[in-house]
Amino acid sequence: MFSKILIANRGEIACRVIKTARRMGIKTVAVYSEADAGALHVQMADEAVAIGPAPSAQSYLVADRIIQACLETGAEAVHPGYGFLSEKAAFCEALKAAGIAFIGPDVHAIGAMGDKIESKKLAKAAGVSTVPGYLGVIKDDEEAVRIAHDIGYPVMIKASAGGGGKGMRVAWDDAQTREGFRSASNEARSSFADDRVFIEKYVTEPRHIEIQVMADAFGNCVYLGERECSIQRRHQKVIEEAPSPFLDEATRKAMGEQAVALAQAVQYRSAGTVEFIVDKDRNFYFLEMNTRLQVEHPVTEMITGLDLVELMIRVAAGEKLPLTQADVKLTGWALEARVYAEEPTRNFLPSIGRVTRYRPPSEGPGAQEGSIVRVDTGIHEGGEISMFYDPMIAKLITYGPDRATAITAMGDALDRFQIRGVGHNISFLAALVESRRFGEGRLTTNFIAEEFPDGFHGRELPAEGLTRLLAMAASIHRSRVERDATISGQMAGHHRVVPATWVVRCGRDNHPAEIVAVEDGHDVTLDGRTYAVRNSDWHPGQSLWAGRVDGHALAVQVDGTGIGYRLFHGGAELEVQVLTARAAEFAALMPIKAKPDMSKFLLSPMPGLLVTVAVAVGDEVKAGQELAVVEAMKMENILRAESDGKVKKIAAQKGTSLAVDQIIIEFE
Amino acid sequence: MTLTVIETLEAKRQGARAGGGEKRVAAQHAKGKLTARERLELLLDAGSFEEWDMFVEHRCADFGMAEQKVPGDGVVTGHGTINGRLVFVFSQDFTVFGGSLSEAHAEKICKIMDQAMKVGAPVIGLNDSGGARIQEGVASLGGYAEVFQRNVLASGVVPQLSLIMGPCAGGAVYSPAMTDFIFMVKDSSYMFVTGPDVVKTVTHEVVTAEELGGAVTHTAKSGVADLAFNNDVEALLHTRRFFDFLPLSNREPAPVRVTADPVDRPEPSLGTLVPANPNKPYDMKELILKVVDEGDFFELQPDYAKNIIIGFGRLNGSTVGFVANQPLVLAGCLDIDSSVKAARFVRFCDAFNIPLCTLVDVPGFLPGTSQEYNGIIKHGAKLLFAYGEATVPKVTLITRKAYGGAYDVMASKHLRGDVNYAWPSAEIAVMGPKGAVEIIFRADIGDPAKIDARTEEYRQKFANPFVAASRGYIDDIIKPQNTRRRLIKAFSMLKNKKLENPWKKHDNLPL
Repeated sequence: MFSKILIANRGEIACRVIKTARRMGIKTVAVYSEADAGALHVQMADEAVAIGPAPSAQSYLVADRIIQACLETGAEAVHPGYGFLSEKAAFCEALKAAGIAFIGPDVHAIGAMGDKIESKKLAKAAGVSTVPGYLGVIKDDEEAVRIAHDIGYPVMIKASAGGGGKGMRVAWDDAQTREGFRSASNEARSSFADDRVFIEKYVTEPRHIEIQVMADAFGNCVYLGERECSIQRRHQKVIEEAPSPFLDEATRKAMGEQAVALAQAVQYRSAGTVEFIVDKDRNFYFLEMNTRLQVEHPVTEMITGLDLVELMIRVAAGEKLPLTQADVKLTGWALEARVYAEEPTRNFLPSIGRVTRYRPPSEGPGAQEGSIVRVDTGIHEGGEISMFYDPMIAKLITYGPDRATAITAMGDALDRFQIRGVGHNISFLAALVESRRFGEGRLTTNFIAEEFPDGFHGRELPAEGLTRLLAMAASIHRSRVERDATISGQMAGHHRVVPATWVVRCGRDNHPAEIVAVEDGHDVTLDGRTYAVRNSDWHPGQSLWAGRVDGHALAVQVDGTGIGYRLFHGGAELEVQVLTARAAEFAALMPIKAKPDMSKFLLSPMPGLLVTVAVAVGDEVKAGQELAVVEAMKMENILRAESDGKVKKIAAQKGTSLAVDQIIIEFE
Repeated sequence: MTLTVIETLEAKRQGARAGGGEKRVAAQHAKGKLTARERLELLLDAGSFEEWDMFVEHRCADFGMAEQKVPGDGVVTGHGTINGRLVFVFSQDFTVFGGSLSEAHAEKICKIMDQAMKVGAPVIGLNDSGGARIQEGVASLGGYAEVFQRNVLASGVVPQLSLIMGPCAGGAVYSPAMTDFIFMVKDSSYMFVTGPDVVKTVTHEVVTAEELGGAVTHTAKSGVADLAFNNDVEALLHTRRFFDFLPLSNREPAPVRVTADPVDRPEPSLGTLVPANPNKPYDMKELILKVVDEGDFFELQPDYAKNIIIGFGRLNGSTVGFVANQPLVLAGCLDIDSSVKAARFVRFCDAFNIPLCTLVDVPGFLPGTSQEYNGIIKHGAKLLFAYGEATVPKVTLITRKAYGGAYDVMASKHLRGDVNYAWPSAEIAVMGPKGAVEIIFRADIGDPAKIDARTEEYRQKFANPFVAASRGYIDDIIKPQNTRRRLIKAFSMLKNKKLENPWKKHDNLPL
């Protein structure tokens, strides 16, 4: 076994590998860029080596620097994590030449699976199901119909030179095939000057389901069940689970055996993943094989009880797989939610900056019977989300004896996950897992696009859940007011008497409430119903309230607004005030102020640097004209005029660091 | 006979409570404003208000005024409690003669101010007045001056707070101007010495009342007001919260409010607050929010001179006034506006026995002709003066830069700082390493390599807290994560501090 390994990665995966290595008694070496000097993985490792400036191309992607770091520290093997150098055959070879082990597959397998066409051919040869289709040139519409019949409807007609959705047609019958062939050819000709088209099976209601395989150098290979990763946004996985709520035992076995066959065909070693697309009739087709540890590997670990990183290290050290296929048992259900630094309500723009508060839910047994919470995290409170790397902050994994428990545990864990300082997708994740369709397991890769066609604007809580939250707000307010009424310096005999009658105000809705203190909480009568709100631990200033309302476990994040509360729970964000009856009456008289009309302004859509302002005061601009360039996340974003107008004022100068919604230009 | 008096009493009370009548009350509501009495209901503890002078009427007989009398004469005065603590209030009633100030109206205000000073309780004025009662002429002007005189006498004796909840124009502005704090309501309040019409006639400037003297103008541009709120309800609820930070008078300590927030609550993330790069900004407010009780910080003037932060927080239940350089804006340097903003706050705290916590990251004074021509010398001196004369407990923490004269100003040891702490990231020096080297080694300016070496040497020597600590200018170098515990301990130690300045009639602050 190795005595010291180097982890050629950063963030949560570096931390996760270090944990296993430490448990196995192996010393660890972290590498870091200038931007990561204070990062968690650097703190966790036994040793750390600086490998260059912040951009990955000058640090984490420089194979020579990593190999040098191995030589300097005496690391005997490298775990590459995912991304960066994990699937670079050249890196693998360079390590071999330097006499350092690679904790992953052999160069040959990486190379074979790295090529899309090559891997498909290999898969076909290994008896793996691939998407049926005809890759040759089709000469006319009648031939197209014939091929379509061979494949079976529906089919997709695609331009050979295509891309970006151009020259693509879906056909469900002969007539549509003829028409689709002609229009796709025409469009291909005009768009790409190449009218060649091909036909393949069109997969309706597609699901993304992948098989985890694990192999040693002795030809032993097992499959460790599947993971369903259908919940994606723009091809970025958001929620994964194992097992899939869709597969039956026969399909699972067939997919697993094909995955193993493919792995063995390339003499695969280490952990690998064979990705399939699955249609609504459980037909599955090979997509590609990932020759590394996947981001979502923890869900497999939770239901198999295995530590994939440990197995990878053992296999790389020349050990035999300690298990056979018969030993693989899938128990319970696991979900993983990826926590990203982004702004879901602003079209998921990435968010960067200092994480002023970072309190993940506690790991270990969850509130639900049999549930387990796991957090794979790469940052700490006070850490920085940098523009240079992937915006994934952490992975939240929950396990339960069944899917429903795992989902409930996930909802609860998300409610407790506190992040401030940067934007994050906790509410969006909660809205996903709390949705009825997710609960029913009716997933496809179009799930997010279909369920959130207009983007995400916060979840609307069901009436019952909302009322419980309001009752909880009433309770914390009463605690606070009682405490405030103990202030020193009160007039003798005229101490503040806290009334029992209040009004909980949420938006423009007033809910009369009677709040009676009882041991361990309050009985809150709201809209005529009494709720038992119980929590003995909460005191003013605490950012997480966890207790029970009418016996229901409830976790709510509470940010004080001075006179009210901002509550976060179940994907919803609420502004609540608890007022005296008179104050509530007066609050109802207050005018609703229209949001200021910002159509006469050009606002910065994101935090960034104002690189150029292309217009001057007095200029007439036309709709679509370039006005300014804002650089954010290393990307130059051109801001254009939405309508015609005349520039009145340039409010921000070139070189300014812009905040979100900061005014750049004012129009007349 | 008795019956008649009681009936008359009830009739008068009803007349007073009705204010300007249903129609005018409805008009007030339509403008999104509450009436004078409604505002007091919201501001004070339920049932605590005791009204005075409900039966006062004006004494004007000219221009048909003799027939127009409303009991109370356009202002509601008296006392009540906020969380059980005594406060005197006046609330101008726009529904009665447009809230205009008559001689009698002024007398009512003066009466509660006099009493407040005698018993030692704050005065909160809710301003909503069309101005002088023109029908009364000079009597009304006299009334204003009587109020002004009391504002002056009460200053430093009891806290005075003004809420501007409607018009406040002409001479009337000078009463709030002399109080300690001014809160305004957005879109329904304005303050100016001369209104848009006069401005147009005299200077030909066309400007709306909102632009000239609205809440946004005064909280962001002029610095006249401290805070702007969305509506009457928010303004009054925040005022209640604000009141809980204030002592009742200069004879009382600041109030104590118990908290369950642990005294020794560690904040490991403060260890990474100051970036490794000395030129990179960070948000000083995060430090304040992480050290104060319950993260509850009441910031004043947040939109004006943002390079300095002022406001109240609590440490282990006791009110502390915070003054902090804000590296996010103008690198946290001192300029005219920030010096004046902080100086007035420091003087308020000192006048009312509120301990001061100063958080320092200051690269110096802002250079430039605009600063010099406008008198940074005199204005900067105000902050220096304020800190120098303050006798309340003063605890200072240098987080990063404390350069040059600005180091001296920011509650340094030399200005009788009681406890002066530094974080390990502190750099206490005459100036930044690069600037210093370019002066000391002027001859080497053409040789970047030499300059770099010298800069590094200077950095090693001075860009740390040890030189200052070796002279005792810094009492201790503390770990960022322990800041809350250390600050609380320092203020606890200073609880019974006694320090007096030499007798004088008053000082001569550089105005």
